Parts: sequence; structure tokens; C-alpha cells
Amino acid sequence: MNRPVISDRPLGPDDLAALVARDIPPGSFVNLGIGQPTKVANHLDPADGIVLHTENGMLGMGPEAHGDDVDPELINAGKVPVTELAGASYFHHADSFAMMRGGHLDYCVLGAFQVSATGDLANWHTGAPDAIPAVGGAMDLATGARQTLVMMSLLTRDGAPKLVPSCTLPLTAVGCVTRVYTDRAVFDITGDGVAVRDRFGTSYDELRDLLSLPLLDRTGP
Amino acid sequence: MVDVVDTAVEAVAGIADGATVMIGGFGTAGQPVDLIEAVIAGGVRDLTVVNNNAGNGDRGLAALIREGRVRKIICSFPRQHDSHCFDEEYRAGRIELELVAQGNLAERIRAGGAGIGGFFTPTGVGTALAEGKEVRRIDGRDHVLEHPIRADVALISAFAADPAGNLVFRKTARNFGPVMATAAVTTVVQVRELRPLGGIDPEHVVTPGIYVDRVVCVPQPPLPEEEGR
Repeated sequence: MNRPVISDRPLGPDDLAALVARDIPPGSFVNLGIGQPTKVANHLDPADGIVLHTENGMLGMGPEAHGDDVDPELINAGKVPVTELAGASYFHHADSFAMMRGGHLDYCVLGAFQVSATGDLANWHTGAPDAIPAVGGAMDLATGARQTLVMMSLLTRDGAPKLVPSCTLPLTAVGCVTRVYTDRAVFDITGDGVAVRDRFGTSYDELRDLLSLPLLDRTGP
Repeated sequence: MVDVVDTAVEAVAGIADGATVMIGGFGTAGQPVDLIEAVIAGGVRDLTVVNNNAGNGDRGLAALIREGRVRKIICSFPRQHDSHCFDEEYRAGRIELELVAQGNLAERIRAGGAGIGGFFTPTGVGTALAEGKEVRRIDGRDHVLEHPIRADVALISAFAADPAGNLVFRKTARNFGPVMATAAVTTVVQVRELRPLGGIDPEHVVTPGIYVDRVVCVPQPPLPEEEGR
């Protein structure tokens, strides 16, 4: 697609999901994480033949199931009832994570608490001392998928940046994130540093002020 | 040799206090709820349980935890919106948690069943879950050493079995069942349908009967396709 995408206001979750969907090449095998990334499925073009993987043992996952289509034995990783598309397949958990770890999954899209300037991901533990930890498949996905994309708000509710020089929360995986989609901008994590690729209602200078890390401007001529 | 038994209570007989028990299922999909409830009725305690989660709602694994039968749980995702039974036991310090990344959990069970003494995996490198574990650089990438998990008993749920113990599963209820079946001294299976010998096409068998010790058929509510939807 044509880059950069510049808009005059921040993007909502659905617009951001549409942007992610447009960046996923036809024919890709993709895992969408729980939460905001799930919305990406709504914007994929069936003609593109993108196959969705769910780590609880299925390729060819269809949309969320409703009404009579709900089957308690057909769920996604978030334990939400889903449907199967023609050409779907089922397999056990060790196979499901072998295909991930073995580099067969092209993309995963995950939510995040923090992403570092070098692509470290923190998305499984809030760091709160009384929190019950739960990691699920996040570490395996972030490590195993060929490309890990993150969707998150740029700032916490308290206004702190979530794209940071180095993560202060417990890590999910080291150096795994290649691109970060946020409501204010899309960033590429490159060998040269963090590059601003698209901007939404936020100028390059504003982004530099919000984030305490060096940025490269790749948004335009 | 496979024992086809009549009741869930017979199927789970002989589990000792302090046993390690693998329990299939991802959330409630594929969870052998009737076998777990028979375990609760049998009074066994001090169990180490291996499952992806730590119970949902108030039945099955959640009830086993609520009843104080589980000393330790090895799982990847205990915290869920309906994990209140586990949450209460954990916050009260009455249950030990070993948290394992989900793919490492599946592969540790697979290794246990396949006679593998351990494996190096990139998953978890540089995280809290790799602390204290051996890290080795292989082909330019760091890998962490993970050890197999074996169990005294595996309790799983499948769609159908034949008297040879061959199993077929249904949709995403398959999840951990096939690997857990390989990794326990005694594998106990609850099925929705018991078919005659030859009633499962050998090409369709997911878990061969060599891994299965006891089978019990427990009728379940009709599935969507059975209701003619």
C-alpha cells in the first residue's frame, strides 16, 4: 500500500485494525492475539486467502460464532466461540506450537504494555506485586512468528509512553517486534532505530516530545 | 490392553494421594469434567495437576481446586475472568503455581511421552521464565533448556474410542489430549461415543490405542450438528 498514511486525527481501534489488515500480504498465515488484534480479522479481504491460526489447534479459523453456530468445542485462544472456514484443519497443541516455533507462521499481531526501541516486548505481566501471572502463548508467538506486529495505544491512561528506550515491565520476548501500530503513529523497529512511518493527528515534533527516544522520520519526502 | 469401564468412578480408581495428574482441555473445551468429578468424589488429595489453565467457573478442574485437592498446578494461563476458584486458593497461599509458556508446556509434555530428556527452545529466553535455566547459543540464537513432564495419570476427553483404545477428537477440543495421552503411566479417557472394533477408520485415528489404558463412555448434551442446525 501507499505510504505514508497521514491523518489529521488519532485513529480509533477499527481504523487501526484496517491499517494492519492492509499490511498483511495475501496468502499469509497469521495469528491474531487476544483483544484489539482480534479486530484485524474484520478487515481482511477473503479474496486474499489469508489463513488465521489459533494456538489452541486450528488453521482456517472463521469469524466469531453467534446464536445457533456457537459450539463449545470450537473456540479461539480467547475462549470465544468461532467458526471454521472451508479448508480448515485441527491439530494438537504440540503441533500448533511447533508450526509457530518452527517459523511457519508469517505474522502474529499482539497487544502490548510496553515495546522497547530495540523491539523487546512486554505484554504478559503488569508488574503489580499482587497480580496473578498468566503468560499463555504470548512468549511462543512473539518468539516464533516470522514477524511480530504490535497494536497498542501510544500512551497509558496516565499519559506515560508505552514505546520506551527499554522495558521496565517483565519481558515477553527480546528483540521480536518489527512494527508498532498505535493510535498516534505507526513505527518500524529498524536496525538504525525507531522510524516513524505513519502519523495520525500528531506531528513528528509532537511525537518526539511525547517519547523519550530518538526517532527517524520516514513519513515522507 | 484397554479396559472399557462403565463408570467414571471405575475409570479413575487407583489414583494415589500426591500423584501428578495431567488434565486435558483448553478452558472448558476438551476438559474431562466427568472424570475430574469422579476424582473429587474419590477423595484423593495433594495432587500436582498439569493443565493449560487453572479452572473455569465452578465445575471440573475449578471444583478440584476449590476442594483443596491440588497442592501444585503447572499451567500457562491461570488468570481468567472465571478463574475465581484458583484465584482464591492462590491468594490464600494454598496452591503452588509453576507458570510455563504454553508452547513449552505442550512440548515438555510431548518430550515426556516421547522419551526425550530435555530440549532447547528459543521461547522464554531473556524473560523471568528462563531464570536459573541453562541457556545455549545454537545457530547464532539463544535457546533455553526445558525438561520433560511426565505424570502418573492423564485424564483426557475425546470424541470417540473403539475397544482397541484408538481415539478421534473433535474440533478445538483436541488441544492437549493427544500429547497428554502419551506422557502418563495410566491414561484415562472419557468419550462421547464408543464404537465397535473397526468403527474408526485407521487413517482417521489421532491417538493410537497403545497410549490408552481406560475408556469410559459418558453421554453428553447434543452437539450443534446433532440438533440438525
